[in-house]
Formats: sequence, structure tokens, C-alpha cells
Amino acid sequence: MKQAPDSVAQKNLKESDSTLDRASVDAVLNDLDEYAIEAALQFSEAQTSEIPNRITLLSMGPERATEAIRKGFSMGADDAIHVVDSALAGSDALATSLVLATVIADREVDFVLCGTESTDARMAVIPAMLAERLGWPQLTFAGEIEVDATARIVRIKRMTDDGVESMESPMPCVISVVEQINEPRYPSFKNIMAAKKKPVETLSLTDLGIASDQVGSAGSRTTVVDFAVLPPRAAGVKVTDDGTGGDQLVAFLAAKKLV
Amino acid sequence: MNQVLVLVEQLSGQITRASTELLTMARRFGTPIAFIVGDDVSAQVSQYGAAKVFRGVAPEYDLHPVAPWVDALAALVTQLSPEAVLIASSAKGKEIAGRLAIRVGSGVITDAVDISEGFVATQSIFGGSTVVHSKVTEGIPIITLAPNALEPTASPVEPSVEDLVVSFGEITTAARVTGREQATKGGRPDLGEASIVVSGGRGTNGDFAAVEGLADALGAAVGASRAAVDAGWYPYTHQVGQTGKSVSPQLYIACGISGAIQHRAGMQTSKTIVAVNKDPDAPIFEIADFGVVGDLFAVLPQATTAINARKA
Ligand SMILES: Cc1cc2nc3c(=O)[nH]c(=O)nc-3n(C[C@H](O)[C@H](O)[C@H](O)COP(=O)(O)OP(=O)(O)OC[C@H]3O[C@@H](n4cnc5c(N)ncnc54)[C@H](O)[C@@H]3O)c2cc1C
Ligand SMILES: Nc1ncnc2c1ncn2[C@@H]1O[C@H](COP(=O)(O)O)[C@@H](O)[C@H]1O
Repeated sequence: MKQAPDSVAQKNLKESDSTLDRASVDAVLNDLDEYAIEAALQFSEAQTSEIPNRITLLSMGPERATEAIRKGFSMGADDAIHVVDSALAGSDALATSLVLATVIADREVDFVLCGTESTDARMAVIPAMLAERLGWPQLTFAGEIEVDATARIVRIKRMTDDGVESMESPMPCVISVVEQINEPRYPSFKNIMAAKKKPVETLSLTDLGIASDQVGSAGSRTTVVDFAVLPPRAAGVKVTDDGTGGDQLVAFLAAKKLV
Repeated sequence: MNQVLVLVEQLSGQITRASTELLTMARRFGTPIAFIVGDDVSAQVSQYGAAKVFRGVAPEYDLHPVAPWVDALAALVTQLSPEAVLIASSAKGKEIAGRLAIRVGSGVITDAVDISEGFVATQSIFGGSTVVHSKVTEGIPIITLAPNALEPTASPVEPSVEDLVVSFGEITTAARVTGREQATKGGRPDLGEASIVVSGGRGTNGDFAAVEGLADALGAAVGASRAAVDAGWYPYTHQVGQTGKSVSPQLYIACGISGAIQHRAGMQTSKTIVAVNKDPDAPIFEIADFGVVGDLFAVLPQATTAINARKA
């Protein structure tokens, strides 16, 4: 899960290094990651086995990401790993996936749940890249998940551009969820209180054995050449329908040669 | 010879418009070399200048999304050392691009709306408010191109096709498809590729007939807001916005849609925007080139009649 600027906030790039100006906007838990956390909670609650499940939040991001982690705790997650290091600033998807995969590969994990995309980067590639790096099967764009913990098989409905695919894969695997999958819960008072006491393990690049030139702006394999803020799209003509609104609309289209 | 590797997609024997855009774009930089899967559409591909077409025919492509394409493209990258790899910016295209970048040690850029000399990609971010130029600094540039980035043009060459044999790894085949439900497409153009999109929102109150009528008069695709999709009025495959499809048509007509930021994120880069909404203060009017404050059930049928009359 990622801490991301509030999706309704006005976002800008910084002049200095062409990265997102994160300081100027409220940061929240990436909207879409709430669906992944909810899916994890629902899975956990449906389990009947003796062995308790652990839902661990994993986030790479600045100091402030702890706020998003608290939000995940208050929904009901058990513990968290926060990768924070000043060398991480400016990381592209390749670097981000490297860091996340390094953490995951080191632990005993049955499956990883991600959101489909982060509301700021909007690349929607991290889950597939994690699967590639971990050498695990990918079950992405899940609209439904069914876990057979005994057989260690995960089944999903993959929501594609042109329909629905039923898929299955052995565990461990990487799953990403779409927003149709569930309705994320509101934190309960009990969980909000408990959130303050839940453990967060903080890891640096040194802890992970990743050289600082493999990540951040230095390790990124893409670079911003330049950017420009466009003047806001100017509102055009607005007419009030007096019984000829449809005809006026078509006259506008005709003038633009669109009909 | 400068070669640019292009992943060409087809829908039942017809190469997609996005693919013809990729091939046209590739010609700016050299000779397109295409990779196709399934039916032999090399004759169509060579219409757009692909000197060589590699064709994947293995059953794995049908059973395992994404990973087999990565194996195939990685093999082609090794064999050809192309100048760049171009892939369509669909959900699946981006996943393939991301994994391929790791596999071959390259940088990846997604959702380019243009590519210029030196493979500098133009991206439109933050709902179209900022334009970024970026490039890949390491490895062979892997770029996914947003739909409607350019007007495809033909440049026929002699077709030459070769079956590509790839040995797929164990991981490639670990996740498999056990069933498929195709969304009903109807006769309308594909939402992601259409040059005109007419969308309906909560204001339709569940009745999309007026929206569909206008769409058909214009030869347009039909889109929907999340409110309309959540209400079950229109399939999710038609959702436009942050968590739906991003569209960038010549003309976007929003009907009974308020223009929430998440909706705008998926349509703000449309060339011309028209809105019909009965609330004069609806935010959609802030970005509309032409707005009608009125009842969509009156305005749309009148517009539809007027368009059909012009055609007669
Ligand atoms: C994480 C997240 C992701 C989201 N992703 C998306 C997304 O991808 N796409 C998306 O669309 N939304 C998305 N949303 C939802 C978004 O915030 C809005 O709730 C949604 O777009 C509203 O849909 P609407 O405009 O149809 O409905 P409303 O906001 O209810 O607007 C309906 C409009 O119809 C007008 N109207 C009513 N009757 C008529 C009539 N007879 N004639 C003309 N006009 C009429 C009203 O004046 C009103 O402006 C997302 C939200 C979140 C939190
Ligand atoms: N920095 C990060 N830390 C943890 N998870 C992340 C991070 N960035 C992306 N993700 C996950 O990957 C998904 C897709 O993000 P993206 O590919 O950036 O659009 C998100 O919904 C998250 O689940």
C-alpha cells in the first residue's frame, strides 16, 4: 500500500527535480489500496483454521507514510513494514518494485494483495512487476477472490477490457484488486485505538542490502526532460435549453466539423 | 536498418486501431517489426509498413495472460536488438511492458500521447493539467502509447511472416485461465479507440436509450460514469475515469454527468468536450467547450434527430 496525495487535490511537479510536490498536498492512503486491505480482512475473517492469519502492510515512502499505515491499522491490519530512506526519492516503477520485492522475498508470504493503481503514479504496473521480480504467478485486476487455503490455490475473476476471465494459480502469488471487489469498511473505534499500538518495522536500504544507486533518481531508468503546466482548460460556450438546445449543440458540432 | 519492435493486437482477425497507430508511430524511427498472436493478420500488418511479422501460435497465449507475451518479446529483443519496443497502453499492454522492462533491463514509460526524436515521450498527467517529456536512460526504450495518439496512415510493404517458437517457463504457465465471459460488444466502436464517445451518468436515471441514440447517430462508443456503473445501468467495461478507461477522443459528450475529478481524470484530454446537464453549476461545464444547461431527455433526442437529418 502506498501513501498518495489526496486524489481530489490539485497536484504539481516541482521545478527543482520534476518530481511530484508531495509537501503541498494532503497525503492519504492511496484510495485503491483500501480495497486490497479490505480483501485481506475479508479473507482473514472467513478462515476457520487454528493458525491465525497475519495481515502485514508494506509501504515504501517518506516518513509521512506512517499516516497511511495508521489508516490501514485502523481498518484492522496486524502489523506493518515501512521502507523509508532518503535515497528512495524519485524512484521509478522499476526501483519501487525492486525494493518491495526484496522485502517480500525475505518473508514467508502466502500472497500479496495490491491496489490496481496508485492515484498519483497511475501506471498500474507495480503488481505485474512484483510478480516478475518474485517469480510468482500474477492474478491481477481481480473483481472476486476465492482462496482455498488447504489446497493452496487462489481463484479470481479477472476484469479485463473486454470481459471477465476466471483464473487460478498456486500460492504464493501476487493479486491486485479492482474497486468493484468490495466496499472498504470504516475503521471501528476499537481499531482506531488499537492502531496506535500496532508494530511498524522500519527498514532502510542498508537493511535490505540494496545499493542506493539502484533506486531513487540515480537508479531510475527514465528521466524527465522537461514539463509544462498547461493553462486550465477554458470553459467554452454555455447555453440554456430554450427548446432548441439539441439543435444548438449540433450547430456547434457542425461548425467544428464534428458532424 | 533501424528496427522498432511493435506488439500488434487483433480482435477476431482484425488488427486494432491502436496497433495501426503503433505501426505508424514506429515508422517515424525506422522499420516496424511486428509480433502478433493468433490468426495470421500479417497481410494487414504489412499494410502499415511492417517488414517482418513474427507470429506466436502456441496455446499458452490463450491460457495465460501477460507472461507468455513477455517471454516472446524478450526473445525478440535479444534476437533483434531493436531501437525501441512499442506497446498499446491497455491494462494488459502496460503489464507486459512493465515485466519486459525488468526482464531485459530497460526503462519503461507508459501512457505516452506522443513520441518524438530520441524516443522522447510526451505524457499528459494530473488530468491533463501538466505535460511531461521524459525518456528512457538505460536499455532499449519500452514505451506504451495511449489510444488516439496519432492518425494511422498506411505504407504497404510485402508481407513476410515467420512463426516464433518460444519455450515458456514454469512460472509463465502457473496462473491459468479456466473460463471466459466475453462482454457483449454490440455494433458500437470500442470505447478506448473511438473517435467520438457519448457518456451517460446518474442523470440518465438508468435509461441509456437517449445516450445510445445519440451515440449511434454519431457512430460513437458509449461510456458511463462510475455512478451509472455502480447502479448496474451499464457494464463496468464502459466506465470512464480514474478507475475505468482513459479516453482521448476527438469529441466527448457527457450527459447527466456532474464531472467529478475521478471522472475527469479519464476524459479531460479529449479534444472537444460537450456537456449536457440540468444543473448550471455542474463542474463538468468548467471544462466543456460547449455546454447545454437542460434536460438530457429533451436535448439528446433533438440533437439525434438533427444529426440524422443532416445525413439524409
Ligand atoms: C477511488 C475512486 C475512484 C473513482 N473512479 C471513478 C471513475 O473511474 N469514473 C467515474 O465516473 N467516477 C469515479 N469515481 C466516482 C466519482 O467521484 C463520482 O461519484 C461519479 O463520477 C459521479 O457520477 P455522475 O456524474 O454520473 O453522478 P452525479 O455526481 O450524481 O451527477 C449526476 C449529474 O446528472 C445531472 N442530471 C440529473 N438529471 C439530469 C437530466 N435529466 N438531464 C441532465 N442532467 C441531469 C445532475 O445535475 C448531476 O450533475 C471514483 C471515486 C473514487 C472515490
Ligand atoms: N511505494 C509503494 N509502496 C507500497 N505499495 C505500492 C507502492 N507503489 C505502488 N504500490 C502498490 O502497487 C499498486 C499499483 O501502483 P502503480 O503501479 O504505482 O499505479 C498500488 O495500488 C499499491 O498496492
